[in-house]
Amino acid sequence: MMHSTLNYAGAEALQTLNPENTVLEVENLCVDFKVRGKIVHILSNISFNLSRGETLGIIGESGCGKSMTALALMRMVPSPPGWISAGRILMGDEDLTQVSAKRMRTVRGRQISMIFQEPMTSLNPVYTVGNQIAETIRCHKERSRSQALEEAVEMLRVVQIPNPERLVREYPHQLSGGMRQRVMIAMALACEPKVLIADEPTTALDVTIQAQIFDLLKEIQEARGTCIILITHDFGAVAEMADRVMVMYAGHKIEEGTVDEIRNGACHPYTKGLLQCMPEIKVDIGEKRERLPEIPGTVPDLLRDLIGCPFAPRCPFKIPKCKELPPSFDLGNKRAVKCWLVRGDTHVKESA
Amino acid sequence: MKNNILISVDDLKVHFKVRRPSMFRPRPILYAVDGVSFNISRGQALGLVGESGCGKSTTGLALLRLVEPTNGKIIFDGIDLVSLESESLRAMRRRMQIVFQDPYSSLNPRQTAGNIVRDPLDIQEVGSPYDRDARVSELFSLVGLGERQKALLPHQFSGGQRQRICIARALALNPDFIVCDEPVSALGVAIQAQILNLLCKLRDELGLTYLFISHDLAVVQHICDQVAVMYLGKIVEKADCGKLFRNPRHPYTQALLASVPSRSLIKRKAKRLRALGDIPNPINRPSGCYYHTRCSYTKEECKMKKPELIEKIPGHWVACHL
Repeated sequence: MMHSTLNYAGAEALQTLNPENTVLEVENLCVDFKVRGKIVHILSNISFNLSRGETLGIIGESGCGKSMTALALMRMVPSPPGWISAGRILMGDEDLTQVSAKRMRTVRGRQISMIFQEPMTSLNPVYTVGNQIAETIRCHKERSRSQALEEAVEMLRVVQIPNPERLVREYPHQLSGGMRQRVMIAMALACEPKVLIADEPTTALDVTIQAQIFDLLKEIQEARGTCIILITHDFGAVAEMADRVMVMYAGHKIEEGTVDEIRNGACHPYTKGLLQCMPEIKVDIGEKRERLPEIPGTVPDLLRDLIGCPFAPRCPFKIPKCKELPPSFDLGNKRAVKCWLVRGDTHVKESA
Repeated sequence: MKNNILISVDDLKVHFKVRRPSMFRPRPILYAVDGVSFNISRGQALGLVGESGCGKSTTGLALLRLVEPTNGKIIFDGIDLVSLESESLRAMRRRMQIVFQDPYSSLNPRQTAGNIVRDPLDIQEVGSPYDRDARVSELFSLVGLGERQKALLPHQFSGGQRQRICIARALALNPDFIVCDEPVSALGVAIQAQILNLLCKLRDELGLTYLFISHDLAVVQHICDQVAVMYLGKIVEKADCGKLFRNPRHPYTQALLASVPSRSLIKRKAKRLRALGDIPNPINRPSGCYYHTRCSYTKEECKMKKPELIEKIPGHWVACHL
C-alpha cells in the first residue's frame, strides 16, 4: 500500500513540473569508444522520450547499440574505452550526463533501474537473495536490516514468488531461471523507480516462463505506472508489451513509431526487412512453403568509417542520395524515420 | 508407404544416473528421455519442440548414438542402430550427421574452415586427396561461402557464417539424415532467416531428412512437416505441422502456443492460457500425468493415471485424459 501512495505523490509532483507527463527525455545522445587509438561512434544522436506509464521497445540486431543505449542511460558505459560524448538525458529537471557520480548513485535504483539478460551472472552467488534485495533498499532508504529484509519479502510477493519467507534465505543457484529473473525484477523495483530498463529480460528463458515474466511486468506497470524500456530482438515481444517502438541500426535510431505504425506501415527499408525475415506462427499454413525474405549481408563494422546511411550497402532501394547521412525526418506525433526515401514521396503515403 | 520411412524410433529411453545425494543412498536416475517413438519419412522434417530440459537434445544425440540409449530401437533404413558394433556404426555415421546450436563452440578454433569441412572426408577416407579438395570447394559454394574463405580460422567468421561452416561439415559425406539441434537459436534474426532458407534449399536440392530440434515454434512451423511436442522426456502431442498449429489438443501445446508473443493485437487483449510455475525435476517426477502440476484443467484422474499417447483423430496423437 505504502508503495502506491508514494508513487502517486511522485506522479503529481511530476505532473506539475511537466505538463506533458514526460518522465525521461533523451536528446542527441552520443557514445564513443576508443578502440586501438581510433574513435568509434557507438551511438549517434539518439533522441527519444518516455511518458509516464509508457513502454518503449527498442529493437534491432545484435551489435546495433540497444544495450549501449541502456547503459548510457544508467551512466554505466564501460570507461575506458567508452564515454558519453554528447547529448542530454533529462529526468525531471536534471541532466543525468552532468550530475556527479555520487548523485548518480542515488539515481540508479531509485529513479532508473535495470534488469539484465542473464539472471545468473547478474546475481551475486555468495549472498542470499534477501540480502541482495535488502542491500538495494538500504542504499536508498533509511531502514534497519530487519526492516529491509521484511520489505524484501514484500517485494518477492509482488513478483509472485511462492513462499517468499523461505526464499529470502536461499542462494541464487537454488532457484530456476524464471525465479532468478523474478528476483532481479524485485530488486530493480524495490525502490519504486520511475523508469525500468529491461535488457532482453527473457532471452535466456523458455517461452512459457517468458510469458509469465511479461504478464508480471505488465501487471506491475499497471499498478505502479512505471515506464519500461524493453530491449529485445523479437518483434513479437515488442508487439506484446510496448506502446511505441524504436528501431536501431549501427548506433542510429532509424525509425520510431507506435507498435501499430511499425507493424502495418514500416517506412525504413531495414525495419521492413527485419519484420519480414522473422518467421511468425500462423494458424493456417499454405501448401507451399514460402522462402523467408532475408536481408543480405551483415551488420556493418563500426570500426570502418561509415559514409552516408549505414544501411545503404544492404538496402534494396538505394539511391545516389544515400551517400549522405539522412537526418531523422519527423513525421509528427513522435513518428520519425531516418531515410531519404520518406521525403515527400510514395513511402510516406503508404505509411499514412 | 512403409519403405518411405527413413528412421523409426520405438520406445527410446535414455536414463542417466546422477550423483548420489549421500554415501548410503542409491544413485538417483534422471529420466531424460522416457519412451519416445516416432517415424520420419524420407525428405521430411520432424520438429521436436519443448522447454529446456525436456529431453529434445538428448533424443537427437541418442539417434546418432552420441549418447547410449538405455532401451528402445532405432531403425535407420532397415538397420537397428542400437545393436551395431562401433566399426559398423562408424560406417553408418556417414549417412547421419548433426548441426549443433552454438557455432562458436562447435568449431575447432585452431583449424581453418577448409580443414574443418574436410575432416569428415579424411576420417572416412573418401576419394583421393584431390577429390576431397574439390568436394570442400563444392560444399563451400553450396552453403554460400567463398572459395577464399577456406583458409580462414573460425574466429574470423560471423555467427551466421560459422553456422554455414557447421552445415557444410555435416553435408560433407552426403548424409541422408541430419539432426539440427537448435541451429538458429544462437543467431540474430536477420541471420536466422538466411540459415533457415539455406536449410530449406538444401533439403529440396539434396533430398535430406531432418530432425529439427528447437524451442522456437515459429521456426519449427516454417521448416517442418511434422511436429512432436515433448514434456519431461515424453512426447505429449504429435501431428502434422498444419494440424498441430491449427488445432492443438494437449493443454501443454496450447499453453506453449499461447506463450509465444504475437505480433497481432487480437491475442494481446485476452487473458491467455499459461503453463503455471516451473518445469518439474526430471529426477523426481510428479505422479500421473507429468503436466498436471502446471495444467489449468487438472482433474483427479490426471494425478493418478499416466495418459498414453493415442491417436485421437487420424494422424493426431495426444497424451491427455481430456
